[in-house]
Amino acid sequence: MKKIILGTLLALAPLGADTIVIQNATVMTEGPKGIFKGSVVVKDGKIADIGEKVMVPAGAIVIEAGGQYLIPGIIDCHSHIAGSGNINEGSVSVSSMVDIKDIINPDDIAIYRALAGGVTTANILHGSANAIGGRTLPLKMRWGKNAQELIFAGATPGIKFALGENPKRSGNPQGGRGATGAIPVGRYPATRMGVEDVIREAFNDAKAYKVDWDAYDAKVAKGEHPIPPRTDLKLQALKEVLENKRYVHVHCYRADEILMMIRAAEDNGFKVRTFQHVLEGYKVAKEIAAHGAGASTFSDWWAYKIEAIDAIPFNAALMTKKGVVVSLNSDDAELMRHLNTEAGKAMKYGGMNETEALAMVTINPAKQLGIDKTVGSIEVGKDADLVLYDGFPMSDFAKVQKVWIDGTQYFDRDKEIAAQATKEAEKKQLLDKEKAAQKQQPTRRPNQ
Amino acid sequence: MKLLGLLMACTLAAFAAETVLIQNADIYPINGAPLKGGSLLIQDGKIVEIGAKIVAPKGATVLEGKGLRVYPGWIDSATQLGLEEIESIRETNDTGEIGDFMPQLKALSAVNPDSEHFGVVRVNGITTAIALPEGSGGRGGGAAQMIAGQAALMHTDGWTWEEMEINRSAAMVLNFPAAAGRGGRGGGMPADIPDMFPGAAGAAGNAQRAVLDQIAKLNAFFDDARKYRTAKAANLPDFRKDLKFEAMLPVLEGKVPLAVTAARATTIHDAIAWSEKQNVKIVILQPREITKAGPELKAKNVPVILGRVLALPEYEDSEYDQAYTQPLEAYKAGVKFALGTFTNEFVRDLPYQAATAVAYGLPHDEALKALTINPAQIWGAGDLIGSLEKGKLADLMIVDGDPMDVRTQIRHLFIKGKEITLSNKQIRLYERYMSRQ
Repeated sequence: MKKIILGTLLALAPLGADTIVIQNATVMTEGPKGIFKGSVVVKDGKIADIGEKVMVPAGAIVIEAGGQYLIPGIIDCHSHIAGSGNINEGSVSVSSMVDIKDIINPDDIAIYRALAGGVTTANILHGSANAIGGRTLPLKMRWGKNAQELIFAGATPGIKFALGENPKRSGNPQGGRGATGAIPVGRYPATRMGVEDVIREAFNDAKAYKVDWDAYDAKVAKGEHPIPPRTDLKLQALKEVLENKRYVHVHCYRADEILMMIRAAEDNGFKVRTFQHVLEGYKVAKEIAAHGAGASTFSDWWAYKIEAIDAIPFNAALMTKKGVVVSLNSDDAELMRHLNTEAGKAMKYGGMNETEALAMVTINPAKQLGIDKTVGSIEVGKDADLVLYDGFPMSDFAKVQKVWIDGTQYFDRDKEIAAQATKEAEKKQLLDKEKAAQKQQPTRRPNQ
Repeated sequence: MKLLGLLMACTLAAFAAETVLIQNADIYPINGAPLKGGSLLIQDGKIVEIGAKIVAPKGATVLEGKGLRVYPGWIDSATQLGLEEIESIRETNDTGEIGDFMPQLKALSAVNPDSEHFGVVRVNGITTAIALPEGSGGRGGGAAQMIAGQAALMHTDGWTWEEMEINRSAAMVLNFPAAAGRGGRGGGMPADIPDMFPGAAGAAGNAQRAVLDQIAKLNAFFDDARKYRTAKAANLPDFRKDLKFEAMLPVLEGKVPLAVTAARATTIHDAIAWSEKQNVKIVILQPREITKAGPELKAKNVPVILGRVLALPEYEDSEYDQAYTQPLEAYKAGVKFALGTFTNEFVRDLPYQAATAVAYGLPHDEALKALTINPAQIWGAGDLIGSLEKGKLADLMIVDGDPMDVRTQIRHLFIKGKEITLSNKQIRLYERYMSRQ
């Protein structure tokens, strides 16, 4: 009985989200309304109204947010959290058959920590050991929900490509950084030349595969009953890329390989959706903009490997000035907790204004992931993914107070603080109980 | 024209003995109340006067500071600046040597003054840093070791490492033996948990024995060093100089503190107990359980160098803000602390690390101290750097806002009274590629 009630509650939770009015906040919308001081009304998980003055619906929970800042939920365009075990299928040069969707771990504490840092959506990517890696997808950080319920409904799935040191090192007998786990020695490719070739060969195959399937589909459409071509799970994902049904997110560092990827994509009739890391993107910003790709970079990481030696903290600002849609990502469970201040660095390095800087962790990654119709800004009709800060949100002096996803509150600092003593007491109780059990049964073994 | 300007700036920077008067600026000396609209006079590399109004000496460069603030330069208490250029490339790393007891090694003389990192961190106000030899093995190619060598306190500017030196032997680095290890932040479990499981207790017992064995070796080394000191004092004709033991003498005499890495509360307790037996001065590096260790650190008057504030919680079930609140916990416990970033690419973020601590409860003034006067005093240079005072070295920055706020820009930077050109490789690349049509 209890289980049934719980099940019902869970199913209802998103729909039954409260009607909320957050009032007197400085609202940085990242939408047409810009920055204003006033209220946001949340109803049925969506943003129902925004403005200096709003009607407070009957029965609404009113949150007084004077002196505080409300921003759209932060979107991390590059994360590896919430995966179960290794997310780097490095045994082959093309691993487009594997999918992050199959290994989502909703119990990863990194989800909650990211949430507490204002992140509401994250693009979960495969690792970078191979030129063409696994399939990817964005998740919402709905802590406490199951794996299925974390998936961002309706988002176009992606695929990870990787250029440069990581895929080539996996093929290098010396291994080294990027060669994670048991990767066969001597796996092709071992150079940037080989990386390009792997990508071009794969699309050469994928295009032939698509011709076969298109011919088959045409015959079916005419009412014929042909024998279908053999399904190839690797090529299937690349066929989806050619059909613009799957986004390509390319891990890259140097300008030469970025340009190579643009030309290889153009020659094969597809588009790169985002260049990831793209630390030398500033050197080929013109070409990236012309191709129409987004760029998702780090604010100021550099010098951790040779292909990161020309990284500059002005990368994000420079690419923006040259017409590229730029986001700042984390690629790291720790950095993920303060992407707001990574955005702040775009103000310091390159003089972005507040709106341009905040866009790099909100509306811009939403655009890059093709989810900007539902998230990324505070606009009527969009998902109520909101973060409340106690100060200017891109300064390190501010901290997250509350986070909502689809109008449901998933983080509240006050409640977090209030619960600390209870949690400590519970932890102690459990430990004491275990210690007492140990004394009574000194030979007891742990469950195998 | 721009190039000419740059060249001129370089030429100017080369003259150290400038006389500079900063006037009408808000002066934040750290060791006292701010002086609004005051003046500060720099001469021969030092601060010679601070006051409401100072008349510019003949030939002085006058900097108008209206609306600007003056702070002492930042001190990062744990870096590999000059020792490591590119993390993943062994040939560019000189941070960890081979050998268990290597007190004779000096970080300073391995510091590359032309490292691009110096230019990168200077423009964010880092004027002084500790260069730390690491004993963790691996990156510099060395094996795990206990005494890693001498940490150097240095300026981030100079033609040679000698010019950069403040103190080539600011501390002796000791990696204190620990069962739990030093890495693995963000997951894992506290040391007392595995003890509760009989299967794990055996392994934990083995690890504990290994720790005791290592401490015994450490004690033996200190005993030998003391015997050496006695032998040297006896001045016998067949006495032979030993470089390892020679390097230990200032440690034994309490002139040089041991910088002891100890993350867990149990390790910190062990390290303090050990230091009392050995009667040596210690500073704890990168403690991560201040809530537990605080009272003992305070009682024994042991200062600490806290690691990055922007870090993951220590254990999987730690509070989400556990790392953010470590400075506050240290402050509440009355422990003297400074901040270190421990990794070159994070050095320039030092002020932002401190700001995060402020967001989570540390008083603003205490955060400033953790980057200035506290490290100066901990590293024995409290009379030279760390605050704006008459007679101290003119290591200072002129900024347009709160110096820990990411939006604030540095307008002028001085190291030993010399104005530093606010440029570096990254700024040059930015300018070059902005001009690409």
